[in-house]
Amino acid sequence: MNGAAILPDRAVAADAGGRSAPLLEVRGLEKSFPGVRALSGVSFDVEPGEVHALLGENGAGKSTLIKIVSGVFRPDGGEILVDGQAVEFHRPNDARRAGVATIYQELLLFPELTVAENIFMGHAPRAALGRLDWRAMRTRAEELLESLQIHDLAPDQVVGALSVGNRQRVEILRALSQSARLLIMDEPTASLTEHDVMRLFAIVRLLKSRGVGVIYISHRMDEIFAIADRVTVLRDGAHVGTREVSQTTSGELVQMMVGRKIDNLFPKVSVPIGAPILETRDLVRRPMTKGVSLSVRAGEIVGLAGLVGSGRSEFAQTVFGVTPAESGEIRLAGARVAIDSPASARAMGIAYVPEDRGVQGLVRAMSVLQNFSLAALPALSRGGFIDRAAERRMAEVGVARFSVKTSSLEQVAGRLSGGNQQKIVLGKWLANNPRLLILDEPTRGIDVGAKAEIHRLMGELAGKGIAILMISSELPEVLGMSDRVLVMREGRLVAEFDRAYATPEAVGGAMMGGDGETGRAA
Amino acid sequence: MSAIAFSRSHGERTGFIRRLASQEALLAVAVLALALAVGADNPRFLATRNLADVLLGNAYVGVAAIGMSMVIISGNIDISVGALIGVLATISGSLAVAGAPIVVAWLAPIVVGVAVMTLQGFVIAYLRIPAIVVTLGMMSILKGGLISVTGGRWISDLPDSFHLADIELFDVLPMPVVIMVVATALAAFWMRYSASGRAIYATGGNAEAARLCGVSPPRTVVMVFALHGFFAAIAALLFATELKVIQSTVPPNLELTIITAAVVGGVSILGGVGTVIGSTLAAILIAEIASALVFINVSPYWIHAVQGTLILITVVADIIRRRRRKAGG
Repeated sequence: MNGAAILPDRAVAADAGGRSAPLLEVRGLEKSFPGVRALSGVSFDVEPGEVHALLGENGAGKSTLIKIVSGVFRPDGGEILVDGQAVEFHRPNDARRAGVATIYQELLLFPELTVAENIFMGHAPRAALGRLDWRAMRTRAEELLESLQIHDLAPDQVVGALSVGNRQRVEILRALSQSARLLIMDEPTASLTEHDVMRLFAIVRLLKSRGVGVIYISHRMDEIFAIADRVTVLRDGAHVGTREVSQTTSGELVQMMVGRKIDNLFPKVSVPIGAPILETRDLVRRPMTKGVSLSVRAGEIVGLAGLVGSGRSEFAQTVFGVTPAESGEIRLAGARVAIDSPASARAMGIAYVPEDRGVQGLVRAMSVLQNFSLAALPALSRGGFIDRAAERRMAEVGVARFSVKTSSLEQVAGRLSGGNQQKIVLGKWLANNPRLLILDEPTRGIDVGAKAEIHRLMGELAGKGIAILMISSELPEVLGMSDRVLVMREGRLVAEFDRAYATPEAVGGAMMGGDGETGRAA
Repeated sequence: MSAIAFSRSHGERTGFIRRLASQEALLAVAVLALALAVGADNPRFLATRNLADVLLGNAYVGVAAIGMSMVIISGNIDISVGALIGVLATISGSLAVAGAPIVVAWLAPIVVGVAVMTLQGFVIAYLRIPAIVVTLGMMSILKGGLISVTGGRWISDLPDSFHLADIELFDVLPMPVVIMVVATALAAFWMRYSASGRAIYATGGNAEAARLCGVSPPRTVVMVFALHGFFAAIAALLFATELKVIQSTVPPNLELTIITAAVVGGVSILGGVGTVIGSTLAAILIAEIASALVFINVSPYWIHAVQGTLILITVVADIIRRRRRKAGG
């Protein structure tokens, strides 16, 4: 916590020099993707020597914003100013030249090369005739290491053998070697140990003192209060507000993140709730599922809330047999079962609609018809051959029931819109008449109309006595659809709310780590 | 019940025609157009004798391309098939010359072919070694092994009964062509309408989604390679029994011709898409081009360049089609 005051005097100089204009400013940024408005009129700025945190739910527009600032995407509208001058970033190199460096969650290093080679990849010092100047590279790498007071790294070490924390330091050095003045860090602490987080903070404070601006993206409230000067909250692609960290509370920030009116987009109808369909007891599958006990009853929609990386999807995949449990038990309708593969889960009446429709859900090259029947082939086949009349009937029913907009059943599924693709993935599973339906982010990336339809369908299915476990990162969806809300954090269930008590603040607080922790950090 | 039956056959027909109105139709038109164009220049090209020779001499490529298409559709590749066909032809011929019963000489390559390919399928699917590496290794083993054991000598004095290719069904239909057509039809039907056939497309199109749907991609890949071994063995028999002697070496570039037939036939090199009707038509087209080159007085050595051009054009067209689909979706 106290590596802060290392080079205090330079900060004053930088501050005094850069007062007139922010290091980076964006005004009225607009960006749309097919079917989604990712950013609408977002303005934001970073002063030299400032750590500016960016906060928002998944899909709030944080990633789009930093990708525009680092030159990966081009905005549809609005402007970017560096030192008060309007600039246009056509490609990542333009941003790099303007002094913007981004450290992504997945570190982009070459594991076979050394620390020095990684730092200078693409801009190595040259000697005569274009040869690499190895000695200069070494010396400058040592200088950089020294400047951040890193004494446990040597320029000749191979990066693949380093810890995550050290690899991240190499990335930071690489940014500094290109004289970055603005560092964007996307969830830098997501996979760091406590000790590495402390070291990272020390480095960030050091950079701050030298006038480097930092855009810091994190879901962890305590970190924001520990390291940031200002915080900007985004929601649904819009700028909600910017606060001085010293003058806000975690409660206010959670309210800003989730404080959306929950309207009748979520037509939850109450249906009689029956006996437990799914029960898990101390279910363990390392590293992400650390003893989860929960139950979902017939006709009940249980929302599973939590941040990305809290272990929700991993838990679902363990129940579905993708990554079978190591210990603990699963009961289906009261009977203890062993689920060791998706095929066995399916045979027991479990359906799983995965999070990533593109990768996990749909065979894009196959027709609508074939996608619909894919999960039901054993039931549709006689003597190894598919009963095509039954297959066609099944797909026709699915298309009608889910109002899939397609020119014909022979249409290639990859050509449909995202919402229609999602309906096929959903419909494919329901063709099996499951007892338990696990939905992982059922409405991510689809338009409002399709969303409402999927919510209506969920209500209908619950009405038929299907038990539904819904994972969603959209708090309004969780709160609007669920009879009960469970919150996961770091592989464990940390809170449970009945519908009546599930307020955005309570659930959001439990997701973020509770008031106790944020209070301590603030 | 009758209403349903009617709507089914109706649905089939439209689906079937829609499917044909693509790569397959294009190839069929190309086969006919080329015959007419070359025939106009040199009518001898259209002589029954020549066209029959083209089909007879290349039916084995069409049969081998069936298995290759399955392999590529499942998201894999096999470059050992040319060497395997050489080995299997030699095994079969040697057995026949050594006096083994003809049935044994015909069955042995099938057993060996299925075994070798199944083994490769296991290594690829369960040890997760890229198919190109595994089959490249197998190609070297088979090629080197064959030349070491046989010294590349010719196998002659084959018994007359060995010559499967000489049999004519109903005294008119040459066996190789019959086998090619029947194998293509059966394989096409099976791939389109069986659960296992569907699993091949799902595995190649999106293995992760297939797995979540209860399809086992590794098991599917092993099955595909086993079948590929079967078709390779049939191809080897046609190849071995076609001439009066068998040269016990590996036919040069055979695997490339087979892969070209599959890809030009509309099988996507990225997996998940294609039909064996297309690959058989493409095998015929390639053979026809090779023959046409002779009739229009172009060196037959150009056939490799032509094959290369065909494969590049189809792959580029496939990739562009996919990009467009992605952008549209």
